[in-house]
Amino acid sequence: MKPILNRPAGLTEAAFHYCPGCTHGIIHRITAEVMEELEILDRAVGVAPVGCAVLAYNYFNCDMLQAAHGRAPAVATGIKRARGEAVVFTYQGDGDLAAIGTAETVHAAARGENITVIFVNNAIYGMTGGQMAPTSLPGQVTQTTPYGRDTAAAGYPIRVCEMLATLEGTAYAARVSVDTPKNAAAAKAAVKRAFQNQLDGAGFSIVEILSTCPTNWGLSPVDALAWLRDNLLPYYPLGVYRDCKKEAAV
Amino acid sequence: MTRNMLIAGFGGQGILFAGKFIAYTALLRGKEVSWLPSYGPEMRGGTANCSVIISDEPVGSPIVLCPDILTALNLPSLDKYEEACAPGAEIFINSTLINRKGVRAGARFHYIPATKLADDAGIPKLANMVMVGAMIKRAEVCAWEDASGAMKKTVPERKKELFDANLRALEIGYNFDGSAVL
Amino acid sequence: MEKLMLKGNEAIAEAAITAGCLHFFGYPITPQTEVAAYMARKLPKIGGVYLQAESEVAAINMVIGAAAAGVRVMTSSSSPGISLKSEGLSYLSGCDLPAVIVNIQRGGPGLGGIQPSQSDYFQATRGSGHGDYHLIVLAPGTVQEIVDLTRRAFDLADKYRVGVMLLGDGVLGQMMEPAVIGEYTPAVPAKPWALTGASGRPKNIVNSLYLDPEELERTNFERFRKYEQIRRDEVLFEEYQTEDADLVLVGYGAPGRICRNAVAAARAEGLRAGLFRPVTLYPFPSEALKKLAERAKRFISVEMSMGQMVDDVRLAIECRRPVDTCLRTGGVIHTPAEILEKIRACAKEEGLI
Repeated sequence: MKPILNRPAGLTEAAFHYCPGCTHGIIHRITAEVMEELEILDRAVGVAPVGCAVLAYNYFNCDMLQAAHGRAPAVATGIKRARGEAVVFTYQGDGDLAAIGTAETVHAAARGENITVIFVNNAIYGMTGGQMAPTSLPGQVTQTTPYGRDTAAAGYPIRVCEMLATLEGTAYAARVSVDTPKNAAAAKAAVKRAFQNQLDGAGFSIVEILSTCPTNWGLSPVDALAWLRDNLLPYYPLGVYRDCKKEAAV
Repeated sequence: MTRNMLIAGFGGQGILFAGKFIAYTALLRGKEVSWLPSYGPEMRGGTANCSVIISDEPVGSPIVLCPDILTALNLPSLDKYEEACAPGAEIFINSTLINRKGVRAGARFHYIPATKLADDAGIPKLANMVMVGAMIKRAEVCAWEDASGAMKKTVPERKKELFDANLRALEIGYNFDGSAVL
Repeated sequence: MEKLMLKGNEAIAEAAITAGCLHFFGYPITPQTEVAAYMARKLPKIGGVYLQAESEVAAINMVIGAAAAGVRVMTSSSSPGISLKSEGLSYLSGCDLPAVIVNIQRGGPGLGGIQPSQSDYFQATRGSGHGDYHLIVLAPGTVQEIVDLTRRAFDLADKYRVGVMLLGDGVLGQMMEPAVIGEYTPAVPAKPWALTGASGRPKNIVNSLYLDPEELERTNFERFRKYEQIRRDEVLFEEYQTEDADLVLVGYGAPGRICRNAVAAARAEGLRAGLFRPVTLYPFPSEALKKLAERAKRFISVEMSMGQMVDDVRLAIECRRPVDTCLRTGGVIHTPAEILEKIRACAKEEGLI
């Protein structure tokens, strides 16, 4: 029998701990495939966040560091500045990147730090059990917004790509989704671009990936995908928000 | 023997450099020496002072509270530190900017019109070094050779103009023997 | 080797460079700014990296990244900045990463002031962040010692894979003294654990997370065995006229210097005073101090704080002798006269005068 799909070399044998239907698994696979295809696994150094992906260091088949909550871009900066030949990426959730680590994110981008950021936005805190995230939608019910996110009290969601696109140091900022095979293929192309940019020395590249959290959204995996399409996509439009190469070409 | 020196004036008068220069005269003679500046939010125009201790023993506290030699480049400095001086202290007064006599009982006063001397020589920013020149001679801080040697350590010789100007200021102070008119 | 007048803060920077530290991440704060400024001037010219971070929090995490990548790295700050770095220091220690952290202390709490202080003694010697860990804490007393201990800090950090804090104060940071830099051969061990890219070897993980309590307990015990070795092998201190001393001053950093004047003045009055100056604050030189307690009648902890090291003095001598304090805080520096006054008062209580 001829296998049509193998475990990518970029993933270890460790079994994911993610909940059924969670799209972290797809995003891990995409990232791993890209690293394998670019033949950078032997010089990649990944930085895992605090949040659902905290154990990512067990899954990616390359050197890994587990950072403090929100500090991954600063840690990645230290690694990249110490070892320029390494291909350095962070893998972060919305709380990590857009709440507690906002300063580290914004300034790594402002410096044009030559790293790749994989940003998983599922509009909720997963690991701690479903609290409001900086990207939770207005009206969204979470454990800490039991009556729905009231923007008068809890403020508004942050659109990370749009924000970072205003910074000169950002080389590439794209928002993608993995809710359909087609979107997943586009997501992989964006992730590949973000890594390729680093190899080309282009600077800070971020791919924001809309993701599901069936467990904390209280939905079945299939319904969660539908909820993503009906609610997240309108608020967080997919697209490329900044692309230095395209600007250079024009 | 230990000599406790305090040099004080406005920020920008070259107080810290003067102290560093004196420290080097001691270093070149193999003495123990310490230099400590006051520091604070006032970078320019505020008061600045600098403690220099020259000793045959390792220096303990680097802070000069009771100077044997006080060099005051402006009036507030004299007002502030004069009474704290040790008995028999040598007190150097920049008489161009300080229009009063020293009052500390038992002290020996030296009135040096340093700002005027520097102005007249066309090196108006170097009143500090005129004072230092007077000080090293009159308080017998070190020999002239040590002073010119210290200049080589503190002003890079490639900056020849600056080096020459500083040496000249030092010389003017060293050779000044007039009694200043208040 | 030529002796030069070196400013404490600049001596730290130059000594670090000669110890092979080519990476510096920091954030400006008085009174340590010269360390960063010196690095910013020098490092780019010799192929190194100086980076001004957006915060102390980011700076210490950049240090973590560079240390994990296997290079010698340093950050420098002053008290409020060290509070911000404390989270990172916990992670650094949990990951067993080597790095050097400078704290040129200023008065606190809060924004406090910018004048010299020693009120971060607890923070430094007890680990400052969360969890079971220590930093090695070195407290230089002269500019030459700054040079020597800065280099030693890097060697110790690499030898034990720990964070080493150089704990100074504004006096030491700002003062100039003659010192020799000279040549130095750093003792850099191989770092097979470093994140260099998994080429030709299995992947490395740098991590402080252990979800299994027994595994976490095991790593903590292991780490503390390392601290035990450090306590055994790395203690440094200086004694001055302690051989026959009835009254022993204990002071480090700037007060350690000022105490020398007070001891000399007391001796001139016929009072047998001495000075014990801890150079390593963690490990604290407890054994040596305990030995002094066999003979000395009384100890006086001289600190620019409300009394922190005094706890370690009492613990070291197991409360066998009275321990007094002579304290200034908020940025006020002791005068030799007030320390002498304290010596006289203690001498009177002991019936020595």
